[in-house]
Amino acid sequence: MPAVQETIDQVRLIDVDQYKYGFETEVEMEKSPKGLSEDVIRFISAKKGEPEWMLQWRLDAYKRWLTMKEPNWARVSYDKIDYNDIYYYAAPKKNQAPKSLDEVDPEILRTYEKLGIPLREQEILAGVEPQRRVAVDAVFDSVSVATTFKEELAKAGVIFMPISEAIREYPDLVRQYMGTVVPVTDNFFATLNSAVFTDGSFVYIPPGVRCPMELSTYFRINEKNTGQFERTLIIADKGSYVSYLEGCTAPKRDENQLHAAVVELIALDDAEIKYSTVQNWYPGDAQGKGGIYNFVTKRGDCRGKNSVITWTQVETGSAITWKYPSCILRGDNSRGEFYSIAVSNGMQQVDSGTKMIHLGKNTKSRIISKGIAAGKSENTYRGLVSAHRKATGARNFTNCDSLLIGNQCGAHTVPYIESKNASAVFEHEATTSKISDDQMFYCRQRGLSAEEATALIVNGFVKDVLQHLPMEFAVEAQKLISISLEGSVG
Amino acid sequence: MLEIKNLVVQIEDKRILNGLNLTVNKGEIAAIMGPNGSGKSTLSYVIAGKEDYEVLDGEILLDGENVLEMEPDQRAAAGVFLAFQYPLEIPGVASMTFLKATLNAQRKARGEVELTTPDFIKRVNAVATQLEIPKDMLKRALNVGFSGGEKKRMEILQMALLQPSFCILDETDSGLDIDALRVVSEGVNALRSPDRAFLVITHYQRLLNYIVPDTVHVMHSGRIVKSGGKDLALELEANGYADYRDSEAA
Ligand SMILES: Nc1ncnc2c1ncn2[C@@H]1O[C@H](COP(=O)(O)OP(=O)(O)OP(=O)(O)O)[C@@H](O)[C@H]1O
Ligand SMILES: [Mg+2]
Repeated sequence: MPAVQETIDQVRLIDVDQYKYGFETEVEMEKSPKGLSEDVIRFISAKKGEPEWMLQWRLDAYKRWLTMKEPNWARVSYDKIDYNDIYYYAAPKKNQAPKSLDEVDPEILRTYEKLGIPLREQEILAGVEPQRRVAVDAVFDSVSVATTFKEELAKAGVIFMPISEAIREYPDLVRQYMGTVVPVTDNFFATLNSAVFTDGSFVYIPPGVRCPMELSTYFRINEKNTGQFERTLIIADKGSYVSYLEGCTAPKRDENQLHAAVVELIALDDAEIKYSTVQNWYPGDAQGKGGIYNFVTKRGDCRGKNSVITWTQVETGSAITWKYPSCILRGDNSRGEFYSIAVSNGMQQVDSGTKMIHLGKNTKSRIISKGIAAGKSENTYRGLVSAHRKATGARNFTNCDSLLIGNQCGAHTVPYIESKNASAVFEHEATTSKISDDQMFYCRQRGLSAEEATALIVNGFVKDVLQHLPMEFAVEAQKLISISLEGSVG
Repeated sequence: MLEIKNLVVQIEDKRILNGLNLTVNKGEIAAIMGPNGSGKSTLSYVIAGKEDYEVLDGEILLDGENVLEMEPDQRAAAGVFLAFQYPLEIPGVASMTFLKATLNAQRKARGEVELTTPDFIKRVNAVATQLEIPKDMLKRALNVGFSGGEKKRMEILQMALLQPSFCILDETDSGLDIDALRVVSEGVNALRSPDRAFLVITHYQRLLNYIVPDTVHVMHSGRIVKSGGKDLALELEANGYADYRDSEAA
């Protein structure tokens, strides 16, 4: 079956209620007191059994945060967030630290099953394509509930575990790298995250090791009034390679929920990190009620020479997306890539893009962004490409395309270019197009329904980016895009 | 097969078809000729179901069924095919992908099973060979960067693949070189069958030397003003539309 057909079938399976991940799981939860204070931070730190230095780090961040202002330069608008009306920690009561899957609340396992994410290794191995294995870390509200394939990864020397565990087990590695790409003081949301982050993944690939499987984290916000503040740290040591994918979903709720993550990537000499995201947080209803506020700081540091960092993102969810996965091209000959598909429908607001900071010699970057706006949504690409004085021979190619579906939505492109080195060459291309009535009629004349025609045209539009996702996720992403655009035509 | 009665159509308050009557029988090839702007393309769009056209009066029956009540894709599944005067480009969608999606959508709509990939490829290859369309063209995005003639050929390939029962060719000959005209005509002739009818819109006798029509209709100011056999086309070639322009003025 061609992917297009599969997409269409998938769309048909979904009823009027487009967001199929919107169910809620009944699990008894333990929460911190509502709101934010030093005590709450101490509570979180104690729950995680953290060493003193970590607690101090958090408290410093908190003090700093109190002096900061929420940024307002993005093209998004939303009601003021009351930071004292949020729970900063929520964990399923049963498993404080599950030793094995048998200790995990069966309700949670069922949740991941419903999401189509098997957590038992034997189930994964029994899958249709047993040769393609993916190690999964599942994060439920504030804690990681399961990590698969730990032993096999350990054999290769790969560390893949919840960050809270890494803080206890590999404090030196964590201390050496955490906050070196996104400093504690970086921005309002990153600083907040530094104070209250709960879980997320830690990955370390030793020198010369090619990670034997795809690594993946699934984040799910379940609890009401709970924020999710995950923190991910990935280090690819000299000459190593890793491909990592994160996916996210949340139940449907009338209130907005805050998600403020920090992701730091570090690639040393000759190392390569591929980081892919399929972001499908609850987008809110057609009237714009509810949905996740997604304020995320993601940054990769090509610290070593010849290193490569690739960000690939498929953003279909969230009421508000504020997200700029960036690359600092520090090492000579290093390369940064950003491939993005951002879909907005209904009342969604997306302000997303990237920063490519060229510091080293002969550094290269490539940006391919595809924005698709439907309904009454607003979709902005915001990007910065800069070359430092020493970045001789820096090259960037940027291509930003927007596709509008209907005439009540908006697409905007805001590129910034700064060059302090005369030898830098930056190219920028941008287009905005609409699915024309004539194209639509042509497809329908050949037998496609309005929905099938839209899916086909959109798939064609995003093709350049989809091919950068790992195969099985590309199919998944294609379905997601079609589902997100459901109801946008006809 | 197709019966059009007193069709009155306007677009943006401009009346384009003015009580048009036309019948095309099963197995028949009907040619429509007429001056620029007389409404030929409009007629083909209205039969295929393009939006924006307001049908003020009249009816279009396909095998007795009122097509005006059907969506464009339902009409396609019912057998209506329009080879566009100006085929559209679909960026990023490989021609092969497009062909498969459309063929299977139509099969599904008719309650037939979808084709397997090997079966599908076999069929595409057969028609591509017949129409002398190179295989690598099928891998390219549909019509993107195709020459005018290549686009027209691709339209006929789609027609041959979809096997529609009522085929409209809107100036398929324009833009074709001499060899392509022959190849395309042969493709059309190969589809001639007692169960299939064609409406061939053209300005030139040249095409009708290859695709020999059973009937020829002259369209003027949104009406069929004269019908006849294939000799009528030769007459037009010699005299132009002057006679009809006069009759209009009178
Ligand atoms: N969207 C529109 N708005 C206004 N007028 C239109 C529109 N579409 C078509 N027309 C007019 O309708 C008339 C008929 O156009 P049509 O394309 O059907 O002619 P045609 O017979 O196919 O001509 P040609 O031989 O040049 O292809 C023309 O005068 C054209 O300008
Ligand atoms: Mg015309």
